[in-house]
Amino acid sequence: MSFKTHCLAAVAALALMCGTAQAQTLRYANQGELKSLDPYTVNETTTNAHLGHPYEGLTARGKDLKIEPALAEKWEISPDGLKWRFYLRKNVKFHGGEDFTADDVIFSAERVRSQGSNFTTRVPTSAKFVKVDDHTVDIILTAPNPILNAQWDTWYIMSKKWAEANNAVAPTPAAATTPSHASLNANGTGPYKIESHQPGVKTVFKLNENYWKKIEGNIKEIVFTPIASDATRVAALLSGEVDVIEPVPIQDIQRVNASGNAQVLTGPELRTIFLGMDQTRDELLESSVKGKNPFKDVRVRQAFFQAIDIETIKSRVMRGLSTPSALMIAPELFPHAGFTRAKFDTEASKKLLAEAGYPNGFEVGMDCPNDRYVNDGQICQAVVGMLARAGIKVNLNAQPKGQYFAKVLKSGGYKTSFYLLGWTPGTFDSHNVLHDIIGCRDVAGSSRGESNLGNYCNKKVDELTDKILVESDTAKRDAMIKEAYKISVDEFGYIPLHQQALAWGVSKKVKLAQRADNSVLLYYATKE
Amino acid sequence: MLAFILRRLFQSLLVMLAVALIAFAMFRFVGDPVNQLVSLDTPQEQVAQIRQSLGLDEPVVVQFARYIYNAARLEFGVSYQFRLPVIMLLGERAPATLELAFMSALFSLLVGIPMGVYTALRRDSWLAKLFQAVSLIGISLPTFLIGILLIYLFSVTLGWLPSFGRGEVVKIGNWWTTGLLTASGWKALILPSITLGLFQMTLIMRLVRAEMLEVLRTDYIKFARARGLKTRAIHFGHALKNTLVPVITIAGLQLGSIIAFAIITETVFQWPGMGLLFLKAVQQVDIPIMAAYLILISFLFVTINLIVDLLYAAVDPRLRATVGAH
Repeated sequence: MSFKTHCLAAVAALALMCGTAQAQTLRYANQGELKSLDPYTVNETTTNAHLGHPYEGLTARGKDLKIEPALAEKWEISPDGLKWRFYLRKNVKFHGGEDFTADDVIFSAERVRSQGSNFTTRVPTSAKFVKVDDHTVDIILTAPNPILNAQWDTWYIMSKKWAEANNAVAPTPAAATTPSHASLNANGTGPYKIESHQPGVKTVFKLNENYWKKIEGNIKEIVFTPIASDATRVAALLSGEVDVIEPVPIQDIQRVNASGNAQVLTGPELRTIFLGMDQTRDELLESSVKGKNPFKDVRVRQAFFQAIDIETIKSRVMRGLSTPSALMIAPELFPHAGFTRAKFDTEASKKLLAEAGYPNGFEVGMDCPNDRYVNDGQICQAVVGMLARAGIKVNLNAQPKGQYFAKVLKSGGYKTSFYLLGWTPGTFDSHNVLHDIIGCRDVAGSSRGESNLGNYCNKKVDELTDKILVESDTAKRDAMIKEAYKISVDEFGYIPLHQQALAWGVSKKVKLAQRADNSVLLYYATKE
Repeated sequence: MLAFILRRLFQSLLVMLAVALIAFAMFRFVGDPVNQLVSLDTPQEQVAQIRQSLGLDEPVVVQFARYIYNAARLEFGVSYQFRLPVIMLLGERAPATLELAFMSALFSLLVGIPMGVYTALRRDSWLAKLFQAVSLIGISLPTFLIGILLIYLFSVTLGWLPSFGRGEVVKIGNWWTTGLLTASGWKALILPSITLGLFQMTLIMRLVRAEMLEVLRTDYIKFARARGLKTRAIHFGHALKNTLVPVITIAGLQLGSIIAFAIITETVFQWPGMGLLFLKAVQQVDIPIMAAYLILISFLFVTINLIVDLLYAAVDPRLRATVGAH
């Protein structure tokens, strides 16, 4: 009421101001909640994107995902690759007024690697941070690492002074009994400040007027609310109560586009969805074949691959919103030139199975999440039907991600024979895929192959992977990556399916750049 | 009487322990909470470290015993996903749930009783038949469907009411937030209250109708008519009053289930209450929140039942006699 009166009283002079102030508030709803403001607590794309508004890293990634300078103006690498020197941006202030200096970088490097942080992989444990002067930091490595800063866009820099003053030096430990200051408050250098935050309910961001650079968008205030229910989230967009939603369920895309007041931005996502097979046990856990493991035979793996009609999955299950993939990595991250998917051919599958000694097929159990990836449960059902035509009887066990991951991951003892999984390399680099997914997991104490649930293994790939890590020459490096992929593709180590599509619902009044890693970054947004 | 109360209290305590035990047993099947905290590429040593720091590597018996010990001191631990004390999270969300439950109970009484009276008095009118038909819908349609239908009608098509959230809330003291002091808060309450209260409203309408018909056949109503009292006075002064006794009992008992069943309504409308918190906790395997919520709800039911039992004992002397004879 009083706002209205004020507005009316000042209508002559300020008519425009009331209007624009309204227009520059952007309301955004996501399926997921913003749980903690501590940037080292939850390592997940949506949370990292939210926290990318108040916080910043030494580097950033642009709309095309290229690494750009952020809090570091530039950096150089010594010829032996063991020393990285970062020149920090001057005259940058945290929201609380503290100056940004080398001390903050060294502090953040310690904090991100300490116990309770879920981002310890961002900075190698052995890397030493040395302060040269207030705005120069040297990083001393024990071995060359050309992708050292690949994930630094989401390693957010915190203020040392602020953390010390607020008893937030340690990352919020899991067993804390009092709420940590850093999980309810944020103090970064980024383009937006946190105005208010109620965990899981509502967060308001206000533009940081003292930001060191002019942002592209024109949004003064962002109101974020999680809306978990798909139908309600779409309704809120259609009724104009929110301006941006993520994700739009694919069955609702046409309706949103037809509504006239909003549209769906779609594009390929970097996540690759694939099927994996247990190639390590001598007898599968869930199969009619006893005494041996059919997946150890490359012909069986090829038969499975060729039995899957990826185009039907694309048109029927994904409603056109997927990109069939020949590799275990998205084409945006590594070019697919020279690789094609083995042809869909049920007859060829039957023949291969007969040659392998299974003329009548066999039975195998399959694990699948049903609430993790876009239409994951339906993809698995389609795969079951396609394999049935080749004579394979698949017993599908599709369950919520909580149970699924507890069963199939290392902590659950890799208890699966045949499964569906999705993977985005956190570093946006092939080394991560070759190391975590395609690498052999038989070396005790090594983290290699920890997410290689079926343990596809070729020592040649591992050798190449080790060389790829330290190779600084891009052309040589790419050639080795290609060779490694070639080996695993020829051996049908995995069955890559597709990259799923992003689907953001955006009001017609809003213009927004869509980044392929599914980060909704509203400093790119403009609203009429 | 004292022995009766003590025995009832003891039984209530046993029920709550049993709920805690069953809940704890169930948590073993909802999945691994640590996987929800880390990303797929987190090194396994770190995963093990987190598991240890949460006390999840200890035997279940030890975990349960520690949980009961802490719960007895009102310490429900820290949410895995928020890293905030559960008691604080539940406290923050409780006003939203209680306000919603109260408003829908009010709605079901204020609408259900007049509808019930009307259908009893004008049994054959077309409006009474319409009410009966509506009540069938209220009983047979699932809550989430009603919610979504209301959203599409009133938010998307007509644009009158918000489809989600609580609107602007006002803080009262340290613990309470209310949406009842702002226009947007009231608007936001309408659809969820109707959705949540529709089933209870139907129940009350049918109960009032049945009771009313019963009462209207009794001798004292006939006698009142014979005395030449006004129809109005007979219906509302005598019949309705006698109808309301069982209605109030049922409504009181239903308050517990309104709070407990708010989960679905809260999810559909993204109502930031305890039910939504619980549902998200189930998806994220956030055991401390799940356990605290279940214990809270069982406490609510046990308390309501205890009060009802005590009231019955106070009202009905026969019950006291049997108690004494034991």
